[in-house]
Amino acid sequence: MNRTTVDRERLGLNTELVTVNMGPQHPATHGVLRIVLTLDGEVVVSARPDVGYLHRGIEKICETMTLHQAIPYTDRMDYLAPVVNNLGLAMAVEKLVDFQITEKCRVMRVVCMELGRLSSHLLWLATAGLDIGAGTVYFYAFTGRERIMDLFERMSGARFTVSYGRIGGLARDWEAGIERDILKVMDLTKDAISEVDKLLTRNKIWCDRNQNVGPISAEDAIDLGLSGPNLRAAGVEWDIRKAYPYLGYDRYDFEIPVGEHGDCYDRYLVRMEEMRQSIRIVEQALKEYDPSGPLFPTDPASQKVFLPRKDRVLTKMEELIHQFIVATEGPKTERGKEIYFSIEATKGELGFYLVGSGTNVAHRCHFRSPCFVNLQALPVMVEGQMVADVVATVASLDPVLGEVDR
Amino acid sequence: MKVTRPKLSWWERTYFPAILKGLAITLSHIPKIKKRVTLEYPEVRWALPPQYRGAPILLTGLDGNEKCTSCKLCEFICPPRAIRIVAEETSLEKEKRPKEFDIDMGLCIFCGYCQEVCPVEAIWLKDEYEMADYDRTNLIFNKEQLLARGRKPPYLPGREKPLEEPK
Repeated sequence: MNRTTVDRERLGLNTELVTVNMGPQHPATHGVLRIVLTLDGEVVVSARPDVGYLHRGIEKICETMTLHQAIPYTDRMDYLAPVVNNLGLAMAVEKLVDFQITEKCRVMRVVCMELGRLSSHLLWLATAGLDIGAGTVYFYAFTGRERIMDLFERMSGARFTVSYGRIGGLARDWEAGIERDILKVMDLTKDAISEVDKLLTRNKIWCDRNQNVGPISAEDAIDLGLSGPNLRAAGVEWDIRKAYPYLGYDRYDFEIPVGEHGDCYDRYLVRMEEMRQSIRIVEQALKEYDPSGPLFPTDPASQKVFLPRKDRVLTKMEELIHQFIVATEGPKTERGKEIYFSIEATKGELGFYLVGSGTNVAHRCHFRSPCFVNLQALPVMVEGQMVADVVATVASLDPVLGEVDR
Repeated sequence: MKVTRPKLSWWERTYFPAILKGLAITLSHIPKIKKRVTLEYPEVRWALPPQYRGAPILLTGLDGNEKCTSCKLCEFICPPRAIRIVAEETSLEKEKRPKEFDIDMGLCIFCGYCQEVCPVEAIWLKDEYEMADYDRTNLIFNKEQLLARGRKPPYLPGREKPLEEPK
């Protein structure tokens, strides 16, 4: 679709294509994303996303250290939902070493995953609104996100880079009564979402700026490897939580929101509905939460994977020796064993490809980051659109440059 | 489940209802202004949870010596390799003590692994978060600085006693 309206040849205007760099310091690019735009007037002829400004070599760093040590590095990938990355890597390693987590740990992980998704989507809502000019949304969404950050602070001790996942379990137990506070926060988050819903969904300005902006067809979306809300907005019902259930997601009653036009407005609607479904999952999971159960398995065979209890380390010789062995040598991976484990992260399919080396260091670590793959759909979405729509489209794609570059 | 795109009525298409509704929602927040989420930092500080992961410090034992036995497990586990320990022998019962114990706070990521693996609870993440400095070399804390920071009273009462560990 070409929206050029001026017939230049008839008017005899002398025009030429202009190449413009949007970014890497542009405030609306959500990080250090550079887009090389070729413009014909205000119409985008071609767009080329240029990534790599935040490349830290996290995959290679993770190959130089034990899998346990790699967990804080995953915080710095998708830094809007760090807990999802932590738990994703922990679950991938558990698959590599054949480890079964306990029921209580599973429930806690589901709640953390969905809280991470909520905090990430709320931040997306705030910044996407701000990019288009809806400044009020920013404050309401951030207030909602702040409450979730407080919960993470109480769970893990850090608001943002939580490093909460551990191979075999979680870093620490929840304090007593936190589940009631989580439910309270969920109620307040519902209010925040419905408030933003009232502000935006039937707002003519929001509709004008988002509808039919940055559209992508379902075929193109699949061809380009899109995943997550961006794929679902194009009309493909694909969610790894349903397709390949992990953490017992198949037990929970939730629905996959699907759009039909694949434009920015559908991506907005899909994410709004996903937040509501996440709250439903959290409420269902907390019903199953039993604080008296064990966080780590108690069978002797699995003790070589996670650190022993601290009170026993301080008093018992055997656990003290265990502490040293587990911290330096465990969990042992099988040499040459390859696994691929993917979860439905907030932005799409977050995959972990690990190759065992016979020690507790992975021979090869590869993270399939959804944002990197999603970003390659940007040229298809914006070509033929106006420059101002590029900002709206980048915002609706929800790229996190920490994850794109890794 | 298909998300449905709302059909706007002619009145909604005039832009006015969106503006009026937006104003109404903003005005409805004025009574809630007492329950604000922001704080006037640094005059007002927020209550940190007891498990808050701030700056790592070294703890002193009851005998007045540092608790650290220089086992170097924290040096091994530290993901950004921020800890450096030089061990020496001592006539004390623990036989080994750190001659030098440096933590580069410019590298530290506050993950808490050192506290988690320490077999004698000698290193602890305290509720301190204001460590900005104009010079990076000042951010390398040596043993004496870490012990002095450990002796300072915590922001929160009751931080000295060890936390409950996961079951």
